[in-house]
Amino acid sequence: MAATTSALGGVVKRSEDPALVQGLGYYTDDVNPPGTLHTAFVRSPFAKAKIVSIDRADALAMDGVLAVYVGADVEHLGMLPAQVAIRPRPLLPTSAVAFSGEAVAMVVAKTRAIAQDAVEAVFVEYEEQVPVISLKDALAGEKLAHDDAENNMVITWEAGPFGDAEAIAATKATIAEAKAREDTVTVSLEMINQRLIPVAIEPRSVIAEWHKGYRRFRVHSSSQIVSALAGAIAKVFDLPNSSVHATAPEVGGGFGVKLNVYPDEILVCFASQQLGEPVKFTETRREASVNSIQGRGWQATASITGTSDGKILGYELEGIADMGAYTQNFTAAIPFLGLFIGSGQYTMPTHWKIDCVLTNKAVTDAYRGAGRPEAEYYLERIIDAFAREVDVDPAEVRRLNFFEKFQDAVTPIGFQMDTGDYAMNMDALLDKVGYEDLKSERDRLRGQGRLVGLGLATYVEVCGFGPSGLVDLGFSWSEYNLPSAFNGTGLLKVTPDGKATMSIGTGPTGQGHQTTWAQIISSQTGIVMDDINIIVGDSKSSPEAIGSFGSRSVAVDGSAAFEASTKVVEKAAKIAAHLLEASAEDIKFADGAAHVAGSPDQSVTWAEIAKSAYQPHLLPEGMEGGLEAFAVFSPGNATWPFGTQLAMVEVDPHTGDVELLKFWTMDDCGNVISPMLAAGQVHGGVTQGIGQALFEEAIYDDAGNLLTTSLMDYLIPTAASLPMFNTDHTVTETHVNPLGAKGIGEAGTIGSAQTVVNAVVDAVAHLGVKHIDMPLRARRVWEAMDEAKGA
Amino acid sequence: MYPREFEYVSAGSIAEACQALSDNPGAKVMSGGMSLIPMMKLRLLSPELVVDIGGIAGLGGISDNGDHVSIGALVRHADVASSSMIAEHATALGEAAAMTGDVQVRNRGTVCGAVAHADLAGDAPVAVIALEATMVAQSVRGTREIAAADFFVDTLTSALEGDEILTEIKIPKRSGKSSYDKLGRRGGRTDYAVAGVAAYVEMSGGVVVDCTVAITGVGAKPALASGVMEALQGSTGDEAAVAVAAARATEGVTLLEDLYGSEAYKGHLAEVFTKRAVAEAIARA
Repeated sequence: MAATTSALGGVVKRSEDPALVQGLGYYTDDVNPPGTLHTAFVRSPFAKAKIVSIDRADALAMDGVLAVYVGADVEHLGMLPAQVAIRPRPLLPTSAVAFSGEAVAMVVAKTRAIAQDAVEAVFVEYEEQVPVISLKDALAGEKLAHDDAENNMVITWEAGPFGDAEAIAATKATIAEAKAREDTVTVSLEMINQRLIPVAIEPRSVIAEWHKGYRRFRVHSSSQIVSALAGAIAKVFDLPNSSVHATAPEVGGGFGVKLNVYPDEILVCFASQQLGEPVKFTETRREASVNSIQGRGWQATASITGTSDGKILGYELEGIADMGAYTQNFTAAIPFLGLFIGSGQYTMPTHWKIDCVLTNKAVTDAYRGAGRPEAEYYLERIIDAFAREVDVDPAEVRRLNFFEKFQDAVTPIGFQMDTGDYAMNMDALLDKVGYEDLKSERDRLRGQGRLVGLGLATYVEVCGFGPSGLVDLGFSWSEYNLPSAFNGTGLLKVTPDGKATMSIGTGPTGQGHQTTWAQIISSQTGIVMDDINIIVGDSKSSPEAIGSFGSRSVAVDGSAAFEASTKVVEKAAKIAAHLLEASAEDIKFADGAAHVAGSPDQSVTWAEIAKSAYQPHLLPEGMEGGLEAFAVFSPGNATWPFGTQLAMVEVDPHTGDVELLKFWTMDDCGNVISPMLAAGQVHGGVTQGIGQALFEEAIYDDAGNLLTTSLMDYLIPTAASLPMFNTDHTVTETHVNPLGAKGIGEAGTIGSAQTVVNAVVDAVAHLGVKHIDMPLRARRVWEAMDEAKGA
Repeated sequence: MYPREFEYVSAGSIAEACQALSDNPGAKVMSGGMSLIPMMKLRLLSPELVVDIGGIAGLGGISDNGDHVSIGALVRHADVASSSMIAEHATALGEAAAMTGDVQVRNRGTVCGAVAHADLAGDAPVAVIALEATMVAQSVRGTREIAAADFFVDTLTSALEGDEILTEIKIPKRSGKSSYDKLGRRGGRTDYAVAGVAAYVEMSGGVVVDCTVAITGVGAKPALASGVMEALQGSTGDEAAVAVAAARATEGVTLLEDLYGSEAYKGHLAEVFTKRAVAEAIARA
């Protein structure tokens, strides 16, 4: 990269890419210290069963097998630490398995091949039981996911407003009154937001090494949250946090699946302690599918009551969310994230109730968007259905019911939002694409018998968590031995050579953080980007770090980087002023040096400033040596980005095959730090939403077997299935952080599934189709058309 | 996952490969490895010996042999998809190859390998049936030829004996035209076929004088659509005639439901793509 500085908002190329695109990146599975032992897991073929016996003799007798551990061997370590641990997960179960694919034994061997062979030599006798698979069965509670429980309930999230029983009753009464009015219509749809498998291109991998003499663990893990991992290991093994050093080398995609501490991450530590060698586990694609967390999994009925001119008087959502067999990190809190935006961009009274239930399936947790795609899906689908019912343009219905431009407005659910200007944003997209012309074009093509549809969806989301006061809601990270809530942290140090090193609390998984943080630091300090070294994903450098998830990195840790830069610049200005015999107020930083305003030839480089900082006799009298600053940033609120998406599709009337013709986005994430990287986030996010809309589904059979365990059966979108995306944005700054920036990582996903479904339903609505559940594979669309024809 | 332990031999000649297969019952032939390796890694298949024919010289060509076009055992999907000789004499196979897998698979996988694999939703198998191709099988016992229509016995089961290698596919040059079309699992023409149809049609004096139609993806194996052929033969091949013929697309086929379609949907698609492929072949004829 050229030796340049960059302003915020400047287009810069990713400094990460030269290594990555040449295949020279260094990932966890590349970490192979001498003596490394390898693991493989014996996994249950049953969704629910009692473990009668485990015979490991044959496996232990194999050459190269060092150990086979079962539940009883690790029971003393306790359960897997988790943040909302309502039904905690065992490290290895001792008496019963609760989902197909759950590990019951861990083999440790000299090679991975031997370990995998030895798995076949471990004989487990199970007593199969009837599993709970469907959400309605789970809610009914006649069958139990766990025999020791009274029912399958985990928690119910109900709002209108949040948590206040009297207010909930009043909201329900208001909506009932609206329904009873003669001049209103009520539209209801029961819809499934299907389970998804988060497909990171790099499956999870972890290697742990116990240094017996120092009583320390050295851990590498493909994780979004290495400091929490270090804390969890410290807690389980009763060590101080500083005795566990966890780092994430390059991480090849996360999407939430790596926002968890898994049993295998603890078990490799245990095995290393027992065997005295480094121990590694790298999951297979099949294991990534059956064992690591999945996302979504809701079944709910959405209803809107409104008048014939499109004014909405009430919105209700009632349904069930699938937790899977246990609660891991955020499992039970995911629907709560949806509840934050339960009433979306709109002002209508809202009653929102989601029952979270246990089933005998893989655990669900955060998957890109985490609760918010589900919430917006139901809302934007039912608004579309309502618009069709009252025959008012879907954009007009939205405009009629939006919040007006605001700062610090409170939603009908009871949460305070930062800033928003929804109509402005939607109109920016509609004007850009020529909405009326597009509708005419659609109608013209439909006149020729072609099933062309337009789908519009707007969204608001909540991200960039968050205020440290979230601790009071129970999200304290204390289960991971971390003291902090959701703070951002950044330690910026200018070294004696005048170059900068930033240790920052994020755990990137491919977003381009190194580039973005360098851009923020460069913009404030004038240090050229090549001279800025970024340390991410390191529990020793950032022991208090939370990590990367929930589109929080720029808004929270980026703000910490900004504040740390500001502090360093303040001190550097004083040093420069001293060296140049000028006033600190007149010092400006640019192009790697400090200049005196108005006298451009009067300047000192960062190297000269740094040299003075480390030779305190050169400093102004009374100034401490060193040139570094640490910032802990707690924002005033989460950020509430919003946006509009529009899709044009064509359905093959004979096969139901959906072709996505065009896709436009108009996001508003406040100030954009790095436009190319932000657009990249939208492209990836939209692709994952389209994946849910058209292709992806984790399918379990009635016995609880996952039928989609490979990428041959679990269909992710490919470039060949996608149109060129047309992305754009408006800017509505937030005041809750100094960058004025909101998150963008999940926006694309949160808005896109419903955009596509709205478009497909628009294409076939005149045939009598009201809704089709995702994924809209050709089969489903054809069946819906066929059924409507028969009706 | 890793495969179970196996022996590997890179054969220097077809004779050597045939000998290895003869000496090791249960051994598997590998050309591009696009089907064999995933099955081994999932441990669905655990041969004790893999005989790699990928290094054998002289098997990688598409050649004009007068009355037929010959495709060697190591010819890749990508080669077939871009061959002008195939486009002229075996259009349906060229189209099937272009719709197989993704770029990487097409650059690595071989047409003979895909045919020998006999996937119930494969593309190339129905194209070779429709083109009335001949499969050349070689073993230590000699060489024999098998008609494509007899080659696909059941799901993942071909007429090849365990010691035989599919060394060549011969496609007769005929005066009719062919076409292949499908719906893929990922929509459009991507991925394995939910349903796919290859059709060969020869017209003379406004009448269908010869036709062969084969369907993939809907039953246990790629198969001839005899009912369609019977109805089409001697007809004018106009829209109505094609529709009448296509209505018989699933005659004799036991439809199989899978994640991508119910029996009813598969049957419907068989009809739709029969219409499309046949109509296209007629338009070209």
